[in-house]
Amino acid sequence: MLDGTRGREEADVGDAQGDQLVVTAKEVAADGVVTLELARPDGGRLPDWAPGAHIDVTLAHGATRQYSLCGDRWDAHSYRVGVLREVDGRGGSAYVHDELAVRDVVTFGGPRNDFAMVPSPRYLFVAGGIGITPLLPMVHQADLVGADWALLYGGRSRSSMAFLDELARHGDRVHLHPQDEAGLLPLAAWLREPREDTVVYCCGPGPLLDAIADATTHWPPHRLRTERFAAAELGAPVRDEPFEVELARTGTTITVPPQLSVLAAARSVGATALSSCEQGVCGTCETSVLAGVPDHRDSILADHERAAGDCMFPCVSRSCTDRLVLDL
Amino acid sequence: MTTTAAPTTVPTVDVDPFSHEVLADPLPMQAALRDAGPVAWIPRYDLYAVARYDEVRATLVDWQRFPSSAGVGLSNFRYEEPWRPPSLLLEADPPHHDAPRAVLAPILSPRALRRLRERWCADADDLVAGLLDGASGRRSGAELDHRSRHVVELDAVAALAEAFPLRVFPDAVGLPPEGREHLLPYGDHAFNAFGPANDLVAKGAPRVAELSAWVASRCARDVLSEDGFGAAIWSASDRGDITPAQAPLIVRSLLTAGVDTTVHGLGACLYALASNPAQWDRLRARPDLARVAFDEAVRWESPVQTFFRTADVDVPIGGSVVPEGHKVLMLLGAANRDPRRWDDPDAFDLARDPSGHVGFGMGLHQCIGQHVARLEAEALLGALARRVERLELAGEPERHHNNTLRAWGSLPMRLHAA
Repeated sequence: MLDGTRGREEADVGDAQGDQLVVTAKEVAADGVVTLELARPDGGRLPDWAPGAHIDVTLAHGATRQYSLCGDRWDAHSYRVGVLREVDGRGGSAYVHDELAVRDVVTFGGPRNDFAMVPSPRYLFVAGGIGITPLLPMVHQADLVGADWALLYGGRSRSSMAFLDELARHGDRVHLHPQDEAGLLPLAAWLREPREDTVVYCCGPGPLLDAIADATTHWPPHRLRTERFAAAELGAPVRDEPFEVELARTGTTITVPPQLSVLAAARSVGATALSSCEQGVCGTCETSVLAGVPDHRDSILADHERAAGDCMFPCVSRSCTDRLVLDL
Repeated sequence: MTTTAAPTTVPTVDVDPFSHEVLADPLPMQAALRDAGPVAWIPRYDLYAVARYDEVRATLVDWQRFPSSAGVGLSNFRYEEPWRPPSLLLEADPPHHDAPRAVLAPILSPRALRRLRERWCADADDLVAGLLDGASGRRSGAELDHRSRHVVELDAVAALAEAFPLRVFPDAVGLPPEGREHLLPYGDHAFNAFGPANDLVAKGAPRVAELSAWVASRCARDVLSEDGFGAAIWSASDRGDITPAQAPLIVRSLLTAGVDTTVHGLGACLYALASNPAQWDRLRARPDLARVAFDEAVRWESPVQTFFRTADVDVPIGGSVVPEGHKVLMLLGAANRDPRRWDDPDAFDLARDPSGHVGFGMGLHQCIGQHVARLEAEALLGALARRVERLELAGEPERHHNNTLRAWGSLPMRLHAA
């Protein structure tokens, strides 16, 4: 079908969907916090990740949430995320807490990493509440490379603070500050002396991030690295119904059903689309988007590049709109 | 090398993958290793080898059980001193591998390379036009058609496959003009050094100190231009994303891995097109197939033939076990021609979808410069497709032997101008 026939084609269905995860375990980690273990339905390898990475998880009712990976990257077959029940949330966390069950399936995108660990002889990790999740693998890694590190971990109360048992083995490197016992995190005391040899990683609620920014204004640049837990403004809702893709070079329009990638659908009608990893990692299949809003599920684009919406990786990314026009 | 009894459950294949006989034509050895089983044992080096697509790919991606920090050549860094400070990318594992990779990936991403595309296409066009028009000494009067149609004979390795990357890539890195002739010999030795200490390594040894010192001197910040890949790497160290000590070693990775590989990838592609005229015609009719043509050539010829890993634990493969601490040879070239994965694998065919080949590796260590290579190929093949009607071999091509690379030393070729 390289002759550029104009027309509508129904794509072959048959590829296994590569973006699904099954819940293999669900445990209460603290008051209002559950952890989920996630795996491929066939138990296969999951995409690689590094501390600070998160995945986008699309729940059954169509909401997408971002969760930091907090498991062990040396286990290639399992992801772990921690989810706080957000009282004022938009329903995603309540769904995870109340309805999502072992053996349920969710779809995912990524992993992506906007909070990557940089090399340093010394680290100060500062966690507020559920903000401990991306820091947990960082702590492990700092330990692994023999860096000097400390963790300040604050929460409403000891019972609301997850992973205390896992952190216990690090002894006096870990400084717990349950607010009802010890008050707010003593940021000023820890950050008074600016240090060239220290990188500060902080994750938690907005007020904590504002406070730590204020407490480090006299530090050298680039020493403070933060990740804000904020509800991302998503465009059109992510969809699980079929959508149309027009391949602009031939004028062919195809219908992409949920179980098929855009790449596979395009190839089924003869489009020439080189790819390699087919996990949204390597970037080989980058394709220009001429119209429509892509639903990005790759590990490559930064937020501002996603928002631009002018390119996508059709091996994993899909469509937010009824129709996409691609330069294929 | 220690004397070791053959492992009982692993098929033994008594070959030397680094002998001149095999380097001249590795295909029979590749077939023997593929057919022996999912993993085989090579007694000469007490070495395990995977040659089937599925096993090669699985070994490549499994950085947890097959780490790279003990070296990706035959030498085991657990016991042997590396010949140079190890690469922060190729010869490193997580977590040390993370930051250098995270810094370099966006610098070499397709989006970052867009700014080079127009320039490189113009450079390629200029190079090809110059060869066709300016090579009066080489133009054969007898073959001169009436009017402007003419034929040029050249060595496609020197005139195209080497000339184009050497024209655009060092500029993109930001190297000063002097001394660029050291790049190919340095890369050639680095890729020989992944193999055993044979005559190919000995051949390069006398110049190692001189070439290594030259390359190291080119990685310094004040030597590099302000707008190249090198400067971008140094800027990352200003932000603390890598340390200032890491920056020159990451620049070194570009200079080591970014020249010979693309030269031999382009050489492979030019040979494939010249020896398959129907595929050349297809490319001329559809110049947008340039990237497919290059990746198909990388699959078909696998310019990087092999890399090694080291088993970190006992790893079962297809009923056998690779014991902890042992080296595993991954035959990328064999995987790329595995009939279990590819229909008619020995055919160079632009109608094929070469996606998923392991010529660039796969997983965490997959070639970070692959988009640079594809852009070079797209530019050069595009210029050739526009300006050349027919490519044909004009003599017997000669192989260049390297322990890792499958390469042409010379490709006598006749270009019929369009």
